Amino acid sequence: MATYSLTTPITSEDTKQLVAGDTVLLNGTIFTARDAAHSRLVKLIEEGKELPFDLEGSIIYFVGPTPPKPGDPIGSAGPTTSYRMDSFSPTMLKNGSKGMIGKGNRNQEVKDACVAYDGIYFGATGGAGALLGKQIRSAEVIAYPELGPEAVRKITVEDFPVTVVNDTKGNDLYQMGREQYEVK
Amino acid sequence: MREIEFDVVVKAVKDMIMHCGTDLPQDTYDALEKAMEEEKSPVSKEVIRQLLENANIAKDEKRPLCQDTGLAVFFVYVGEEVRINGGLLRDAINKGTEQGYTEGYLRASTCEPFSRLNLKDSVGYNLPAIIHFDIVKGDKIDIEYAAKGGGSENVSRARVFPPAAGKDGIVEYVKEVISDAGGNPCPPITVGVGIGGTFEKAVISSKHALFRDLETENPDSEMAELEARMLVEINNLGIGAMGMGGTKTALAVHIEANPCHIASLPVSVNVQCHSSRHTHITI
Ligand code: SF4
Repeated sequence: MATYSLTTPITSEDTKQLVAGDTVLLNGTIFTARDAAHSRLVKLIEEGKELPFDLEGSIIYFVGPTPPKPGDPIGSAGPTTSYRMDSFSPTMLKNGSKGMIGKGNRNQEVKDACVAYDGIYFGATGGAGALLGKQIRSAEVIAYPELGPEAVRKITVEDFPVTVVNDTKGNDLYQMGREQYEVK
Repeated sequence: MREIEFDVVVKAVKDMIMHCGTDLPQDTYDALEKAMEEEKSPVSKEVIRQLLENANIAKDEKRPLCQDTGLAVFFVYVGEEVRINGGLLRDAINKGTEQGYTEGYLRASTCEPFSRLNLKDSVGYNLPAIIHFDIVKGDKIDIEYAAKGGGSENVSRARVFPPAAGKDGIVEYVKEVISDAGGNPCPPITVGVGIGGTFEKAVISSKHALFRDLETENPDSEMAELEARMLVEINNLGIGAMGMGGTKTALAVHIEANPCHIASLPVSVNVQCHSSRHTHITI
């Protein structure tokens, strides 16, 4: 299991070297979106309309942060459960997005889309909101402010720690890890 | 009759909420430390290390432990010889909840069930709180509080079994619920199991079981034994911290059992994540 440092936007060359279980420290700009924002973004894609940000090489973080304290760019910001985005993620990957950050299992369609479009599903430590929030240097709402914590934010991260869960070869860390430690 | 001022309750509730949002209870912190030592998977060990570091950062910098600051859940025991001066106890708890979530920069996570819109404008910030009242002897008010996140609540389940299912049936059911949940409820988890009573009694008991401190033993030795058996079976599932594979899926199993109808055996499994933010106060 290797450790990598990647800066966004990322390419197929970046994602193809990663294997389930690897640790990655992310740098650069990433975008936040949860259920409500995803459904709006996918609708825009289907209608052929312009998106509030460039999907090519992007990483989407499934998060709804706490309100920032005065002087801070963002509050606590750990991942939310990813399966609620399963129906949207393949469309995002097909249209150029290269990575997702969340927690918990994805369905087969998402895993297949990671293989087909060189995408990676990263797991961040759920519930480590204070620690992860600290790695976010700036945050700006760029779409859907009415969604509150669910608005789309452009955030800048520094050495943001994630683990590769689903890689471009169809591996699944959750499945592999569990099989290894299961006592029958 | 002892009188307690409305504002005293508001302040006590506000303080509990703000404290819990940033300070992981000591029993949970200690249990995570022990789990980190015992965990066999290096990936899961690292996850638990991050959780402890997260708890330290949250406490030192007064940042919320998790961005899901939960719905506010209370069990309130009101002494028969006490009354609130200046308003209703329920209103005081709700007001303290609103103040705690606002002043603590905690996320408002309540929404209307279908529009999914926040109730902020119509009712208040992260309101209404979920409050279970009981009346007890004495002239005090005991308030138990927990912040209940969505990830772990979403995997919780209840079912009424035929009595013949017995202990084996319950153990199998608990295993099935936790196995299906995988990494979603943010393991290492605490598992609350409510047994007996009626359908809703089992559910409330399973919630209340999560309020028990992690280092305490179940006073009923038969239940303590069943808890230990369930804990081993759950940890044998191999789910590990955040579902990454490992030997420490659960920190503890807590059971609350009640007498039930001769025809039924209700069972409820309520899961709490590693961010087990709970506390209590006596006024
Ligand atoms: S399940 Fe708990 S630790 Fe995980 S995101 Fe929800 S509240 Fe936070």
